[in-house]
Amino acid sequence: MVIISWLNRQLLKMEWLFELIRLLVENVFGLNIDDRLGGSIHFFIYDVIKIFILLSVLIFTISYIQSYFPPERTKKILGRIKGVPANILGALLGTITPFCSCSSIPIFIGFTSAGLPLGVTFSFLISSPLVDLASIILLASIFNWRTAIAYVVVGLLLAVVSGTIISKLKFEEYVESYVFGKSSLDLEQEELTVNDRIEFSKNQVSDIIKRVWKYILIGVGIGAAIHNWIPESLITAILGQDKWYSVIIAAVVGIPMYADIFGTLPIAEALIAKGVGLGTVLTFMMGVTALSLPSMIMLKQVIKPRLLWTFIGLVSAGIIIIGYAFNAIGYMFI
Amino acid sequence: MIIKILGSGCKNCINLKENTEKALKETGIDAEIIKVENMKDIASYGVMRTPALVIDEKVVSYGKVLKPGDIAGLLEKYK
Repeated sequence: MVIISWLNRQLLKMEWLFELIRLLVENVFGLNIDDRLGGSIHFFIYDVIKIFILLSVLIFTISYIQSYFPPERTKKILGRIKGVPANILGALLGTITPFCSCSSIPIFIGFTSAGLPLGVTFSFLISSPLVDLASIILLASIFNWRTAIAYVVVGLLLAVVSGTIISKLKFEEYVESYVFGKSSLDLEQEELTVNDRIEFSKNQVSDIIKRVWKYILIGVGIGAAIHNWIPESLITAILGQDKWYSVIIAAVVGIPMYADIFGTLPIAEALIAKGVGLGTVLTFMMGVTALSLPSMIMLKQVIKPRLLWTFIGLVSAGIIIIGYAFNAIGYMFI
Repeated sequence: MIIKILGSGCKNCINLKENTEKALKETGIDAEIIKVENMKDIASYGVMRTPALVIDEKVVSYGKVLKPGDIAGLLEKYK
């Protein structure tokens, strides 16, 4: 246990890096990390380096696993099962299928035209940006394993429940008709060699880093500001655990916003440190990742307003419920 | 020969188009390159990952940026 906890602290929480940057800030910049300025600079450098190291290692490892589950294969696997198990599998496959919001429409059309139930496709589309394998490890690094696992479980639950409700509502008529007209091609699957998979994983690392680096810098910047410059009394007055409206505010701010989950983590870290409830922070993170204006605008191309609003309503209600639930039992986690 | 590059205008699609142009130059094959950026049209090829390369209406590659050498091989194969 001693060894595991040491590995956890050094590899996941990177205490060696924390010390190293402390030495840099104190000896080279001549600032004390307990001061405001020194503390902000320390938080910023340490968090940026930590997230980039973890992200590179994680994306590489995860992309290697993902190369076995391209969306074409997911489509075939999901086509074989029915009912709620299909929603559960859809949500699970969502976590490991390589995905970026720019491919949500082709995947939606591909799945739907292959005859997959609408609800299963939605379970997949909800879990895909929300629960990412890399985000689990990062959550464990910033908070702890219990919080990471809780996040995953409620994220998957949200995807399964929302998808199942959409299935039950029989909303197929609210999909733009051209989606069904497409013939579903079964493209030839190419066999990948180990080298192909390594090449794919390397490309994924550089693609994802190029796509998310700015969100991470902005996120860590906001985190550093919350950490050291915004008075705690102000934050707790708006988002404090005892304020019933804190979860609603987190949802209203988080839902239209678009950022990668990796950019939201440093903000979450700083908010927790300032005494904001775990539930409020989870609502914010889930709102940012699961729903955003760009993805809604894209989805509008393939589904009619009634289905779009149902989807937004279900997911929003879900993340607000999750927020209140975790605020009530948050003391068990942090 | 008509070559289509499917992709919503992301950076990878531009790279694939450039590599295709290089491959055409290398092989001396004469072809027209058309960029397909509309999501509905992209999906009609059954492609779920972009960028994709279509030679004479046949999807020959998807979800990756092929290197000019690989594209040249495909061009020869489907000529």
